[in-house]
Amino acid sequence: MDFSYSDEQQMLQDSVQKFVYSQYDFDTRRKIIKSEQGFSAEYWALFAELGWLTVPFKEEDGGFGGSAVDLMVVMEEFGKGMVIEPFLATAVISGGMISALGSAEQKETLLSSVMDGSLQLATAYAEADSRYNLASVGTSAQKQGETYVLNGSKVLVLNAPCADKLLVVARTSGGKFDRSGISAFIVDAKASGVSMLAYTAVDGHRGAEVHFSNVVVPAQNLLGAEGDALSGLETVIDRAALAVSAEAVGAMDCLLKKTVEYAKTRKQFGVAIGTFQALQHRMSEMFIECQLARSIVIMAAMKLDTDASDAEKAKAVAAAKARVGRAMRKVGQESVQLHGGIAVTDELDVGHYFKRVTTIENLFGNTDYQLARFAAL
Amino acid sequence: MNADFTAEELKFQKEVQDFLKAEFPQDIKHKVDNGIRLEKDDFVRWQKILNKRGWVAPNWPEEYGGTGWTPTQKYIFAMEMGLYGAMEPVAFGVKMVAPVIYSYGNEEQKKRFLPDILESNVWWCQGYSEPNAGSDLASLKTTAVRDGDHYVVNGTKTWTTLGQYADWIFCLVRTDSTAKKQEGISFLLIDMKTPGIKVSPIYLLDDEPEVNEVHFDNVRVPVENLIGEENQGWTYAKVLLTHERTNIAQVPNSKLKLRKLRDLAAKTPDGFGGSLLNNPVFARKLAEVEIQVLALEFAELRTLAAVSVGKAPGPESSILKVVGTEATQFIDELYMEVAAYHSLPHVPAQFTEGFDGERVGQGSLANSANVYFNNRKKSIYGGSNEIQKNIISKAVLGL
Repeated sequence: MDFSYSDEQQMLQDSVQKFVYSQYDFDTRRKIIKSEQGFSAEYWALFAELGWLTVPFKEEDGGFGGSAVDLMVVMEEFGKGMVIEPFLATAVISGGMISALGSAEQKETLLSSVMDGSLQLATAYAEADSRYNLASVGTSAQKQGETYVLNGSKVLVLNAPCADKLLVVARTSGGKFDRSGISAFIVDAKASGVSMLAYTAVDGHRGAEVHFSNVVVPAQNLLGAEGDALSGLETVIDRAALAVSAEAVGAMDCLLKKTVEYAKTRKQFGVAIGTFQALQHRMSEMFIECQLARSIVIMAAMKLDTDASDAEKAKAVAAAKARVGRAMRKVGQESVQLHGGIAVTDELDVGHYFKRVTTIENLFGNTDYQLARFAAL
Repeated sequence: MNADFTAEELKFQKEVQDFLKAEFPQDIKHKVDNGIRLEKDDFVRWQKILNKRGWVAPNWPEEYGGTGWTPTQKYIFAMEMGLYGAMEPVAFGVKMVAPVIYSYGNEEQKKRFLPDILESNVWWCQGYSEPNAGSDLASLKTTAVRDGDHYVVNGTKTWTTLGQYADWIFCLVRTDSTAKKQEGISFLLIDMKTPGIKVSPIYLLDDEPEVNEVHFDNVRVPVENLIGEENQGWTYAKVLLTHERTNIAQVPNSKLKLRKLRDLAAKTPDGFGGSLLNNPVFARKLAEVEIQVLALEFAELRTLAAVSVGKAPGPESSILKVVGTEATQFIDELYMEVAAYHSLPHVPAQFTEGFDGERVGQGSLANSANVYFNNRKKSIYGGSNEIQKNIISKAVLGL
């Protein structure tokens, strides 16, 4: 048994850590969020140059290897800086969709552009009433000759305002909740009939509601076999759930560290508040939560890198996301409470970590959803 | 033992209901029901209507404009207001500074300040906390030095809610730096238009400038604005804090929110063809908080029954603050859970009056994450919940 990183993983961690530490302070992040594009093109190019955009991809696709542990390493460090660049939306989710479902030709043209930083993608899968059920798809794709015609609406399409192409999950056959009949399409973001209601989310990430009105898509833009996209989508969203869980581990580490530091320096009643036993125990509990969250994320990442069955892998991710969810609630709320008023202000980073972990709770299946899934698997 | 209303009380309840239906402005109700941001004018307009009826300040002694109601009537009034969605008057004047003025102020001060508080002509804000005096409020450092007929005030107050709209601020200031820290504090009323006062906004997690820092740079305050005796301010402030804790349980508001939440959950798809309300895990969480609010309601009723008119509630009221704020915060979490990812878009403009763009997300649920973030303040302000537990330990349990 060995929980230490390989030399390559160690180098990867060092390089992301160094970037976050030296180039991604809180004020820089704030300026990036307020910028027109909502992320830094300069940093995105740097991510490409340093090879980080290849991390989610297998060697045969030209990537770094695509292991879940590698992804965990990167995401944890991103979590510490609350990195806003669309690594998750473009590389992990959309790149993952192409890698899981795409033809050799699609992989070759699109993945290389993702990895060299020249292509931005967004995956449109969730709908207003689908909640976390990936099989609940109301958006339709009707075959007409050599084209498909898309109609419907998607919500929470992360990175959509900046995306060159959208990967759209739509139903080519079957009833609303059927597992079969779900297909994925590559759609030009500027295609006729595509409209967007863009926004900045509470955590600073960009997203949009995207509407499709008689959008004509050439048949060759089908991603994978018609009607057969669901299991690929499930695998990708599980990987995203693992990725944000690892990100949360990094964010919670910062919350704990900052809270302990504050408790050591903030004086009330003539002493540092960290000397109060009532508060010491609460910080000890936060530490326990951080450790358990880290442990279960490692478990899930390692499971994804084995030959275990799909169900076993899904169960491991459900366990991680659910347990991390519980930790995020506790660590997030306690960090704010122990800091007091200053942590509910926009000026302190603590509140922003709290917002990010709260966002993570609401992405890719919340705690209750994952608990139910774990129980059923 | 009897918790039923008498025929008289039921008649009163009906009277309040009829009043609200007839007099609470429709446009304000529309805003409240749809989570649209209320403006200062909405509060002023509604309070003037309440004041015409004589119902602004049920807790004040009758001679100053109180209603003379029994504790049960006060409870009924607060409950009906809350369930209807009618706002309570802004607390800083009616509930915070006024009890200090009528309890410890002189006749001149009562005449000068109380009528304008009732009529909402003058808005007040609170100058208590300082950057280095939060839970340890008595360590405050803002000074007031006597100079002829004036005090000269220097220092910084923080977390001043609605300070940007306030005409006056009531402050705790240090008038004797040689005494024990609680004993050198005075209670001073300051006109916000006095030269030397600067208000700087503090943005909270929902991106709204709800609170402020208020800086005092050689601000000259006439000595007649001192309440009671010099160096007795801490005693007055403690009384004020217990008044602040009445209605802090927020039971009517929580009940209204729970009722709406149940409706929303029934209408929210679970993603598998059913509704979220049919999800046993969610239903159980909702039931838990409903039961908590019910227990809280009866704890509050017992406190009310024990409090004779005009007398401040005892240290037991700390229970109401702790449980009330935690229940509210848990309800906020459940709203966010119903909204799920619909809570994430941050589009504050769509919650302002007159917004006519296309709306992102689903109705008022779309604001649920921001409400959750913002209301984390509730377990921090008004004496943090940790301080309330200290009060229970010391003053109730004798530890």
